[in-house]
Amino acid sequence: MDANFWTWFFVIGTFSLYIGIAIWSRAGSTDDFYVAGHDVPPLLNGMATAADWMSAASFISMAGLIAFMGYSGSVYLMGWTGGYVLLALLFAPYLRKFGKFTVPDFVGDRYYSDTARTVAALCALFVSFTYIAGQMKGVGVAFSSFLGVPFELGVFIGMGIVFFYAVLGGMKGITYTQVAQYCVLIFAYLVPAIFISLMITGNAIPQLGFISDVKGTDISMLSKLNQVVTDLGFKAYTDNTKSTQDVFFITLALMVGTAGLPHVIIRFFTVPSAAGARKSAGWALFFIALLYTTAPAVGAFARYNFIDTVHESTYEVADAQDGAKLTPDWFKDWEQTDLVGWDDKNGDGKLQYLAGDENEVTVNRDIMVLANPQIANLPGWVIGLVVAGGLAAALSTAAGLLLVISSSISHDIGRKLLFKNMTDKQELRLARIAAGVAVVLAGMLGIYPLGFVAQVVAFAFGLAAASFFPILLLGIFDKRMNKEGAIAGMLVGLFFTASYIIKFKFFDGRPPADQNWLFGISPEGIGSIGMILNFSVSLVVSRLTPPPPQHIQDMVDEIRVPTGYQVGRVDDLPHAAE
Amino acid sequence: MNTDGSDKKIIDEKAVASYWRANISLMIKLLFVWALVSYGFGILFRPFLDQFSIGGAPLGFWFAQQGAIYVFLILIVIYIRRMHAIEKQHGIADDEE
Repeated sequence: MDANFWTWFFVIGTFSLYIGIAIWSRAGSTDDFYVAGHDVPPLLNGMATAADWMSAASFISMAGLIAFMGYSGSVYLMGWTGGYVLLALLFAPYLRKFGKFTVPDFVGDRYYSDTARTVAALCALFVSFTYIAGQMKGVGVAFSSFLGVPFELGVFIGMGIVFFYAVLGGMKGITYTQVAQYCVLIFAYLVPAIFISLMITGNAIPQLGFISDVKGTDISMLSKLNQVVTDLGFKAYTDNTKSTQDVFFITLALMVGTAGLPHVIIRFFTVPSAAGARKSAGWALFFIALLYTTAPAVGAFARYNFIDTVHESTYEVADAQDGAKLTPDWFKDWEQTDLVGWDDKNGDGKLQYLAGDENEVTVNRDIMVLANPQIANLPGWVIGLVVAGGLAAALSTAAGLLLVISSSISHDIGRKLLFKNMTDKQELRLARIAAGVAVVLAGMLGIYPLGFVAQVVAFAFGLAAASFFPILLLGIFDKRMNKEGAIAGMLVGLFFTASYIIKFKFFDGRPPADQNWLFGISPEGIGSIGMILNFSVSLVVSRLTPPPPQHIQDMVDEIRVPTGYQVGRVDDLPHAAE
Repeated sequence: MNTDGSDKKIIDEKAVASYWRANISLMIKLLFVWALVSYGFGILFRPFLDQFSIGGAPLGFWFAQQGAIYVFLILIVIYIRRMHAIEKQHGIADDEE
């Protein structure tokens, strides 16, 4: 059986599974549509959260990114996992106790202000659209590079499938599809990782292979890698290529940004209780960590193997002398997709992969995961599995974002702002229409990417860090925080972060722009400073303005205790004597 | 049934205050460790820790790419267990557990 057969087999098989789940879990009410009826078991919600969180970028690009960044790639590993500690300890149980549907719901109610609600809803829309465009593009790329389907048709197929289960099933459909998608993607990620770990270190567990010796030698894989890359003129793999403060602030911005992303937060609204929300955050991190601790191992193995097999290899079999290393077949296969390329500058018929101008090999970071099955000589069905895994990662994230978009429009802007006396049924219909329109828009953004889409990913995390994180945290932990403080803080944080990113990403992007960076912090990390500004401004302004009304302070007391309880004075109760 | 018609159990303000203090103190300890393993071991003290190694990996580098994530997971598990105990102690453990 060839790889093409298996790819179709897995893609059609998994897609049918997703459609089957969607039909089985149709949403009947707004409760079902927005929060899956609040009754998803914590373990399953953890899996769904992991699939929601891990996008096409985590699945396909992250290991390759780390392979080329070495130590500096740690910002993604710590940044995108550490946020779950913040979610579990600071947000999940309280926002679940609050018991509404969306993040702007909490912001609007807690700060008794439609202005705050609107700002929050617009932020949620912006962040989600930024993200979803990349997912739909990823679906198109997967279809076109593996199955020979035209790119646009690939995006349409992706749109169709997401439309089907998101519009029909809402959060309920999305949740159970995401559980299935998690299983597909983690299996597809681990199988090649295990084989490549075995191939290079002889250890079947990639996390252990990462710290083991190269097979058949007594030199550790990482020291060997350091030696190999420094010989070629690169910086040592385990060394930092950024400044220490930049690594610090990017990690911080990614952590608090993760904790403030609406599509992640709303997943914790679907479990039955506050304690369930805590457990669910633990499961989510467990399932995410399975991939995130494997990725750096895959990155290091792939970089090592790439240099080992490609550097100084002879391209034409006819030119090869006895015992010469031949360029591997996978390199030649992937040359057709432009993910790798070779330009024989010195005309010696061999590939030189070097840090300087004499380098002859171009390589796209995505190759590190995509070509893994071939590099490890795995059978054709593994390639099909990886394609199905990448599609699962892209579709599950797209669906979660779609729900945020649809609920921001139908619930936060529609029902809470414009048509306050809409019935549940009308709201559900509006939510479905909004989801449908959003799918089409997202697909269009995937097919006709605006030039700046890649640039604005820094925006999503920066804005979440500088806007949502501080006001959610203060809303729960600072009873004195009022509407004036929250709105002022949010606006200052947003304005500062957005203008810094716009300045350096769009107008001043050429090197050596970094000489003008504030404290040497790149636009990716500036959300941290925006967050600190937001905190400071909110605290100062709130102390200079009147405290929030009593019913708001009571509400804060209320969300601090677990589900099923309400705070009161014991003396007021009839059974006080008991 | 309460005055507002909900069937939530009512708890005393004083119990809530003590529960909240216990929660905050636990949270601060856990967040201290959270910051220590990532920003401390993984970033600021990395150059120092890299002179030691775990298996074949420099220790600071290992914390940044592996260790911090394992500790994060352990922190959430401790939090889930301790919070359950704290809630029980204050008589407000979740019924739906």
